Order: sequence, then C-alpha cells, then structure tokens
Amino acid sequence: MATQHSRSVARLMMAPAVVLLLGWMLVPLTMTLYFSFKKYLPLRGGDLGWVGFDNYIRFVSSSSFWPAVQATLVIVGGVLVITVVLGILLAMLLDQPMWGQGVVRILVIAPFFVMPTVSALVWKNMFMDPVNGLLAHLWRFFGAEPISWLSEASMTSIIMIVSWQWLPFATLILLTAIQSLDSEQLEAAEMDGAPVLKRFYHIILPHLSRAITIVILIQTIFLLSIFAEIFVTTGGAFGTRTLTYLIFQRVLESQNVGLGSAGGVYAIILANIVAIFLMRIVGKNLDA
Amino acid sequence: MGRIQLKSVTKSFGDVQVIPPLDLTIEDGEFTVFVGPSGCGKSTLLRLIAGLEDITSGSIDIDGADATDVPPAKRGLAMVFQSYALYPHMTVRKNIAFPLRMAKLDQAEIDKRVEGAASVLNLTDYLDRRPGQLSGGQRQRVAIGRAIVREPAAFLFDEPLSNLDAALRVGMRLEISELHERLATTMIYVTHDQVEAMTMADKIVVLQAGVIEQVGSPLELYRTPRNLFVAGFIGSPKMNFIEGEEAAKYGAQTIGIRPEHITVSDTEGDWSGVVSVSEHLGSDTFFHVHETGLADTITVRADGEVGFRHGDRVHLTPRADVIHRFDAKGLRIG
Ligand SMILES: Nc1ncnc2c1ncn2[C@@H]1O[C@H](COP(=O)(O)OP(=O)(O)OP(=O)(O)O)[C@@H](O)[C@H]1O
Ligand SMILES: [Mg+2]
Repeated sequence: MATQHSRSVARLMMAPAVVLLLGWMLVPLTMTLYFSFKKYLPLRGGDLGWVGFDNYIRFVSSSSFWPAVQATLVIVGGVLVITVVLGILLAMLLDQPMWGQGVVRILVIAPFFVMPTVSALVWKNMFMDPVNGLLAHLWRFFGAEPISWLSEASMTSIIMIVSWQWLPFATLILLTAIQSLDSEQLEAAEMDGAPVLKRFYHIILPHLSRAITIVILIQTIFLLSIFAEIFVTTGGAFGTRTLTYLIFQRVLESQNVGLGSAGGVYAIILANIVAIFLMRIVGKNLDA
Repeated sequence: MGRIQLKSVTKSFGDVQVIPPLDLTIEDGEFTVFVGPSGCGKSTLLRLIAGLEDITSGSIDIDGADATDVPPAKRGLAMVFQSYALYPHMTVRKNIAFPLRMAKLDQAEIDKRVEGAASVLNLTDYLDRRPGQLSGGQRQRVAIGRAIVREPAAFLFDEPLSNLDAALRVGMRLEISELHERLATTMIYVTHDQVEAMTMADKIVVLQAGVIEQVGSPLELYRTPRNLFVAGFIGSPKMNFIEGEEAAKYGAQTIGIRPEHITVSDTEGDWSGVVSVSEHLGSDTFFHVHETGLADTITVRADGEVGFRHGDRVHLTPRADVIHRFDAKGLRIG
C-alpha cells in the first residue's frame, strides 16, 4: 500500500463502506442535534420552535440529573471492579493446563452470547425472584429471610447482572494477555526468590496492565449505555436511573424530545472522551 | 561453595523418560559444560538442578545437603535463560536489584551491589533504561548482572549466547570466562556450540538422549573419545569414520581420523581421491574428498595456502599415531 496508485485504489474501494457508515452515523447525530435545540413535545403541541440552549440547561439542572450521574458511575465502577478482578483470577485459572480446557473456555464465554434483555429476565425471574428464585431458595435453605433483590438491593442486583454479562469479555482479553507472558520470566522471578503473590504483583500484573486498561475503556463505553438490564428489571426505580435511562424517560415517558436529545448530546460527548483515550492506548499498543 | 551431586536422577514427562538414571558430580568452582544434540535433555537437566522441574526419582545434593525437595529460590543457584527473561517493565537497575529486593536487603546494600555488578559488566550508563531499549549483548549482560548480585553458589546458563551474532558471541564468551576466573564460582553452561564447549569448559559432559556419553576435560574428549558418538560430536569439522578393509588393517571395526590429522599432497599418499568442494577460510582450507573408496567423503584440513580445486586428484596420508579405533559396539579400543 505504498504507491500513489494503490493508495487511491484503496480509497475508492473503501468509499462505499465509509459512506454507508457515515450516513448511518450522521443522520441520527444531526437529528439529535437538531431536536436538542427545539422545544418539541409530540403529544403537547408538537414542534414549538427553537429554544437555543434551554434544553441543555434544563437537563443538567433537573433534580434527577445528579442522582442519575451517580447511579451511572456506581454501576460502571462496580461492574469494572468486579469484571477486572474476577477476570484476572479466571484468566489465570483458565491458563492452567487442565482436562476439558476447550469446553470450559466455551462455557466461560457463553454469557457474552446471551442478549442483555434475556439475561436480565433470566436473572430477574430465575435467580432473584423473592418467592421462586434460586437465591430465595438458597436463603431459605440456610434459614434466612429471602431478599427481594430488585427492590431492596437494586443497585447490587443490576451490578451483578451486568458483571455476569461482561465477565467473559474481560476474561477473554486478559487470558490472551496472560498467554503471551513468557514463562521464563516467571521462572526467573521464582529463582530470584519471589513467592507466588510477589510474582503476581511484580510480573503478571505489570504485564497485564495494558490489557486491563483496554478492558476498562472498552467496557466503560458500553456500560455507559446499558439500558435493557434496567428496563426489564427495575424500570429505573429504586435509584437505578442512569443517564441513559433518564434520556429514555425524557423522550418516551415525558414525551419531551428536545430535552432528551440534549441529554443524548451530553452522552455522546462523554463517550467520545473515553473513546479518545481508548484510541490512543490501542494505537500505542499497535506501535509497540 | 557450590558442589553439586546428582544421584541416579531420572526425569519422565508422562510416559516418556527423558533422563534415564544419571549420576554426575560437579565440583566446587568448576566450569562444566553440557553439550549434546538438540532434544537430548540438556535444558531439562539444568532445570532439574535449578529446581524448576521436579525430578522423577533420585536425589540432588548441593554442598552435601539434600536439595531434592528444596524450592528453587532456596537452592542458592542463579540461572541465566536463553531468552534472558528480563522483566520488561522494570529498568535495568530494578531488574538487577530484583533478587535483592526479594531477599529484603536494605536499600544501601542493594545500591552498592547493583552499582558493583553494573561496573563489572559495563552497564553503568544503561542503568535507567528498560530492557527493550538495549541491544542483545547488553540484555545478556543485564541477565548475568541479575545473577551475580545474588552471589549464588552456582550459576546455571542455558544457551545464553545463542541469540547473539557471531562477533558478539566471541566477546561474551570471553567475558563469561573472565567472570568465572574472577568469581571462581561453579558454573554449569548448556550449549550445542562446540567452540563454546571446548574453549570455556573445565569439564565437558556429552549427552545423548539423556545419557551421559562421556565426561572429561576438553582435551581428554578430543584426544580419547570414549565412543563413536563423542568422537563425531567433539571436533570441527567432524572426525572421518572409515569402516571395512581399511579399518580391519588396524584391527578395528571402525577407525576415526580427524581432518587436521590428514596430510594432503598432489604426488603421493596412502589414499587417493578427487576434491569435490574446497572451503577456503583464509587461515585454513577444508577439502571434501570423494572417490577414495573408503567413505563417502573424507574431510581434510590443510593450510590456508594449499590451493587444490574442484576435480583435482589428491593423495591423503593419515597420521598413524592419532588414529582412533572403535570396536563393533562403537566403543574405543586402546
Ligand atoms: N514439558 C515437557 N513435556 C514433555 N516433554 C518435554 C518437556 N520438556 C522437554 N521435553 C522433552 O524432553 C526432551 C529433552 O528436552 P530439552 O529441552 O532438555 O532438550 P535440549 O537438550 O535442551 O535441546 P535444545 O538443544 O534443542 O535446547 C525433548 O525430547 C523434549 O521433547
Ligand atoms: Mg534447551
């Protein structure tokens, strides 16, 4: 891909894909921007004209904004901690030679293939149901009062569900990183007198640091926009209303398209900030 | 101190026995080299001594104490790996200091030893670099530095020079030999390069398929190889083996004659043949002679000025006093 000619051919061949992607992205983006500057209430008068930055100001000054930010941060943070910690442990476990390795690995990846809506419903009805759920049975077996998870421990429940979905992703990325660790380094550290925990801390963890960063950034982008899990479980009640969910409520429940669009623009900016970090780190990774 | 004794050590991976029962003593301060063809178990043997692999049966004594079940860190041995195994995220200083930090030495002592090792190995200017920013030879020296700061009872080297280019290899070979002279610590060195084995070793251990074929000083192995394998393995170019009638004249099944012990002339000699390839190295010339009626090829080493070419008929005369004789089992006679 060095000559002028091959470069222009390459550009030509890529053009259809680029145009399609651009259209796919630009149309909704422009519409969001367009509506965010309008007072647009579909059931209460429709398009009521331009309002400048009113929607942006109202979105952040509403009493639900900061609690929503907090809920988002708690969920994203909680899921990140759980998936990274358990991901590292699982990756190290799966890296050990064992019987039935292939099957075990597929089982570990499986949750990633389940649609968010389905997995949230499974958790809600099979595990967390206060009467018939497996967890309720378990609690009763030990003589404890079953918890009604989704109302009493709503945040914990959602974090659990989402972590379960994202653990495979973290494990997979970290597993490939661990597999690329030169075993002689670990042996050298062993001969240098480093016991297991110190080997983990001084050799494995630094080796994984870049993979961990990538897991964190990619997951953050996706976790900022989780929706189905909240929609089918708590419906945004019990303090689980995240930013995404707030935008949804503004648009569909309050029928205020302009306000919701302004929230959407905030979300786009937020996601892009994370994306910039991600691109830089992934780019650096490719250079190295 | 660093006397290492292997007593009927065996090693199996699953059903495959890689090392059949093996006895070996390495004296304190000795530079021992393990040589042998690829896959013969050199690395495995070294890793057994290091404790990185568990032995299947037998025992290992270090300085008279049973070390069979002692974990690697407690054996007081330091290993230099073929891939160097430096810690990529640590600077050279931290790499060298790592074993000392693990041993919980105080910072002043650590600094002193690291500086000492760095100056011995010419690494002082590179202490704040990372391994990724060093050349192959410098990385090798860092790996050696990390080994010497621990002041181990013995050093274990697993083909430490095989990733370096030829010129650097010669330099590092000298440096390691000098290091051995200065520290007088036991060193066990694995290689399949016979020049390294011959030049560095006090004692060479020749292995084949996990079996020790012969142990001895480089010259012992060169002068009196115990069997055909050692005879063919030690010395470069390889010893010529001749069977049949010519060997029977000497009362042997096979006779061996080294290329440097054959004189070549264009007029007269015991044997005659046609030069197929001549390799001119400047100082020496190697002739590969065909059609002798003795063996496929006879390799002859001559002075660099001798100028036979492809297709020339030459006459060869072996030096009778250095002909090696082997019996039907391949063992040396006399
Ligand atoms: N972990 C292992 N599992 C099974 N077999 C092994 C293992 N490690 C080594 N072997 C076998 O043991 C034999 C000796 O291997 P080893 O690595 O000691 O050879 P080597 O003499 O060091 O060869 P080289 O010169 O190529 O490094 C080989 O046949 C190898 O296949
Ligand atoms: Mg080896």
